[in-house]
Amino acid sequence: MTPWLRRQRALADYTLSALGRRKGKNISLVVIYALIVFLVASIMMFSSGMRREADLVLSEAPELIVQQLTLGRHELIAGGEVEKLAAIRGVTAAKGRLWGYYYDRLNGANYTVMVPDDPTIKLEQGQAILGEAIPRSRGLSWEGAPLFLSRFEGDLVKFDVVDTLSHDSALVSADLMLITEQDFRDFFGLEPDVYTDISVSIRNEREIATIIAKAEKVMPKARFVTRADISRTYQKLFDWREGLLVTLAIAAILAFGIFAAEKASGLSAEETREIGILKAIGWDTGDVIAMKLWEGALVSVGAFLTGAVAAYVHVFLGGAGLFAPVLKGWSVLYPDFALTPQIDVLQLTTLFLVTVLPYVAATLVPIWRVATGDPDQVMR
Amino acid sequence: MTPARRPTTPVFAALGLLVAGLGLAAIHVAVRAPGERARLAESTRLVKVLGLTDLALFTEARYTRHPSMADLHTAFQDNPMSFEHFPSGLFIAPPAHLPGGQIGQSEKDFPQ
Repeated sequence: MTPWLRRQRALADYTLSALGRRKGKNISLVVIYALIVFLVASIMMFSSGMRREADLVLSEAPELIVQQLTLGRHELIAGGEVEKLAAIRGVTAAKGRLWGYYYDRLNGANYTVMVPDDPTIKLEQGQAILGEAIPRSRGLSWEGAPLFLSRFEGDLVKFDVVDTLSHDSALVSADLMLITEQDFRDFFGLEPDVYTDISVSIRNEREIATIIAKAEKVMPKARFVTRADISRTYQKLFDWREGLLVTLAIAAILAFGIFAAEKASGLSAEETREIGILKAIGWDTGDVIAMKLWEGALVSVGAFLTGAVAAYVHVFLGGAGLFAPVLKGWSVLYPDFALTPQIDVLQLTTLFLVTVLPYVAATLVPIWRVATGDPDQVMR
Repeated sequence: MTPARRPTTPVFAALGLLVAGLGLAAIHVAVRAPGERARLAESTRLVKVLGLTDLALFTEARYTRHPSMADLHTAFQDNPMSFEHFPSGLFIAPPAHLPGGQIGQSEKDFPQ
């Protein structure tokens, strides 16, 4: 070990012994500090994880969705509009989508019932494919258990469950129920030539604005939702959530800020006397400052590392247990999924800079004043 | 006589363990990556083939299940001046075109 390192280690030893004299106070400081870092890091990791997930998964959402609006509400759209949209130059395909909600009185859950527009999904009349949360919530635990749905008193419709959507896609499909078009129209009593909305595929994404301008002329009362709108909705949703959680945490952060600033910047009479004695026995100003630097660094780096590791474990291994009740809200069905673990170096660095640096700086400023003074004056 | 234990030894060891914890987290990210890629690919595939538009995160109401498809004034859709029913409504930001914090102005105040 070089003399410089030996000297630093001795200073750290001395600092720790000094901290050990006020053990209770210092341990509680590190614990609260770590808790604050844990809270902020958890919010950051969780929100950015959700944002990333939404962005990636919804990157394949339909380029354009066309909805009919009546009385300011989403209304069924006539099948004739599909051809009008398909005729616009630049549109690859326009398809009527059939989807709606079913409220299951048995478990109080809302299902999203949908007709799949995919030739690889083989469904026959009376059959259904369910998202993973529906059998879980209805207790359809054995293979081939049929699903009975009741739309009103005395009504019972049976669906044979032929498949359950993979657990891997739970984030987008937990509450989905896929049935055939005929079953859908019979179940909801729909006319033969109406759809919930129309999904439009567009060859070149840069043409979307032009295509919407043309479509608006054909369907002046319609509402157009682009893929970019969908992505923006989710980015905003998670930004909002992150902001809201941070706002809630601000009271705690401020309280800690006051506590830490008071602890770090205001030197007690005992500490001032200690510095005076150190200077009187031959420590120079540099040593005293290095000693205090060690104190700030050990406390803040220790708290930062503890908080960051605990936040990672909480969000990516513990399923963000603290946020889960807020996320689930009043939903009966919720996707059973874990966020993709990710370490964002920039995010961690930012958190390090905003938590560690101010604390170290706050410890240094007052000590500078005392350490540069005359020992005799300081001890008085 | 055994030398006295220096106070830095356990503290530096604990800090080392915590740094190792961050390292383990990085390893965990790398180990889980292929499985996670497959999971996301499956979700993305389903979004593509079914033409899905929203995440099944909040299934309690139609405007929380499909925020991107919801009516523009979802908060008051069930009844004029009704209060927001669901906790997840709290997490959905108001539409950008609404002037924040003002309720009850005339129609001309809203950008058309």
